[in-house]
Amino acid sequence: MAEILTKSRARNIFYGGSIFFVVIFVGMTVHSHRYVVQTSTAGMALSEDVVHGKHVWEKHSCINCHSLHGEGAYFAPELGNVMTRWGVQDSPEDAFEFLKGWIESQPSGVEGRRQMPRYDLAEEDIRGLAEFLRWADQTDTQGWPPNDAG
Amino acid sequence: MKYQSQKVALYYFLAAMALFGIQVLGGLLAGWIYVSPNFLAEILPFNVIRMIHTNALIVWLLLGFFGAAYFLIPEESEREIWSTKLAYIQLVILLVGTLGAVGSYLAGIHGGREFLEQPLWVKFGILVAALIFLLNVSMTVLAGKKTAITNVLLMGLWLLSLLWIFAFINPDNLSLDKMYWWFVVHLWVEATWELVMAAILAFLLLKLTGVDREIVEKWLYVIVATALFSGILGTGHHFYWIGLPGYWQWVGSIFSTFEVVPFFLMMSFAFVMVWKGRKNHPNKAALLWSLGSSTVAFFGAGVWGFLHTLHGVNFYSHGTQITAAHGHLAFYGAYVALNLAVFSYAMPMLRERAPYNQVLNMASFWLMTGGMAFMTFVLTFAGTIQTHMQRVIGDYYMNVQESLSVFFLMRFGAGTAVVIGALLFIYSMLVVRKTEVIPPGSANPVPGE
Ligand code: HEM
Ligand SMILES: [Fe+2]
Repeated sequence: MAEILTKSRARNIFYGGSIFFVVIFVGMTVHSHRYVVQTSTAGMALSEDVVHGKHVWEKHSCINCHSLHGEGAYFAPELGNVMTRWGVQDSPEDAFEFLKGWIESQPSGVEGRRQMPRYDLAEEDIRGLAEFLRWADQTDTQGWPPNDAG
Repeated sequence: MKYQSQKVALYYFLAAMALFGIQVLGGLLAGWIYVSPNFLAEILPFNVIRMIHTNALIVWLLLGFFGAAYFLIPEESEREIWSTKLAYIQLVILLVGTLGAVGSYLAGIHGGREFLEQPLWVKFGILVAALIFLLNVSMTVLAGKKTAITNVLLMGLWLLSLLWIFAFINPDNLSLDKMYWWFVVHLWVEATWELVMAAILAFLLLKLTGVDREIVEKWLYVIVATALFSGILGTGHHFYWIGLPGYWQWVGSIFSTFEVVPFFLMMSFAFVMVWKGRKNHPNKAALLWSLGSSTVAFFGAGVWGFLHTLHGVNFYSHGTQITAAHGHLAFYGAYVALNLAVFSYAMPMLRERAPYNQVLNMASFWLMTGGMAFMTFVLTFAGTIQTHMQRVIGDYYMNVQESLSVFFLMRFGAGTAVVIGALLFIYSMLVVRKTEVIPPGSANPVPGE
């Protein structure tokens, strides 16, 4: 083994192989990018409300308590399917009303229960968030999560 | 210390250790909120504490890597750093950026991509600092002797800096956002950082065991080859459920399974080198951390990573306390412990003294490692129960969490041990001046041939 695998051979395998895998990975990324745009997220328009909602979501760093499609912190419930869980996925108006009611009732102040902070959001921010969460919910996530509990 | 300019590493290590302290204290606070949820809820919400905890970790690990590079490159290249002035400027930029980020977080100003919450100006600062660093170390290496260790180290550092570009790319489409986000997160810890880790480990083993350079460097190339061959397509294990094509389930499962290999090789590498080594280096603490790092990395990244990487398992465990268990032990073993190994090795030289405080340092190793192992076990139990109740039975998240409270209490206990260990480590590096060298035993009389 010592003679077959010399240091310079090992180095060449490392460089050559890495380039090979990078090329394949880039190719698959290009394909995946197109698949996302054309197929898995195409069920609902990426409207101005959705984009605004994403910015509101980011500005308040909701991800550092909640998870979204299973990624984020694990301190608070999954939100990638929250609109389905609430049964409002198909109604923008209901989604907005539910979310507004939820956000404005926080923090619960219940002793011994995890608290969600109070956010003073404008009407359009809440509408954006609701649309953003509906948009996330309609994404084809290969059947995940396993059930509505998220 | 053979070269004057190696001294810059000292300041990087000091800054890194300060942030290490902040990181673990932030973690302890977050762990306490799991136990007592109303604590600070109105003043300092959980999400802000968590971002301080994770950001401090990442920045101090990077500071440690930069410091390690400034320490080992002169010895490898056999010449002084190209510009010590640039090295200090780089450090100042990074520190201003870090303080700026922490200050903004406390003031409620932050972005919303996990781990990449830094305000835009801080992200640019990091980019500029990285470019200064790359220029500086590349000029040093180009002008000096080139070794496999500096080759791999520089390649890792160049590539990880290049990937930082994706921190600036945030598509409006959430699924695309997530896909490119992993280009930073996964391709850092499971590809480019592994190159840095392997190179630093090779340097430490070379110095501590005295094994022939040819052997060390051949191992190094084999390790990093297996790391990239598995880790690049292994990114697919994050692409199962975020809106990407179904073929990632197979690509991700298969290639990420092979990600265990480089971690297994690094562990074997460390033990085989010690076994073969003829040298008996007096710095036993550095050796302990080196062996410990590669071993815990194998369990945290390799075993705990494999535990939930197959898509059939991940479908149920995705985003539960299982993920938290793995994330903690993997980061600790691979990158925290490796940095502490470098500090233990280099600090005595940088401060021009014998490697003393070995007993305190080694005690801190066992305290931290024991604490992290216990934390990982309790989070794994919690995650198993959570997966069953929530993902299989379908119980509501908040109710499930409530039934896990005993595990969160034990996790807080484990975290306390880790924090004490961390503070003890910092203390042993900085404060105690009493000589306390562990006497070297006899060198291995029959080198393993
Ligand atoms: C030192 C190397 C590693 C580190 C530092 C690390 C760290 C992490 C962290 C922090 C996360 C959570 C990311 C998030 O916030 O969503 C994660 C997720 C994950 N890691 Fe690793 N990891 C390492 C190596 C590995 C390896 C070698 C494997 C596979 C064999 C692996 C498999 C996974 C999987 C499958 C997930 C996703 C879990 C989920 O679905 O929730 N990791 N890792
Ligand atoms: Fe990964």
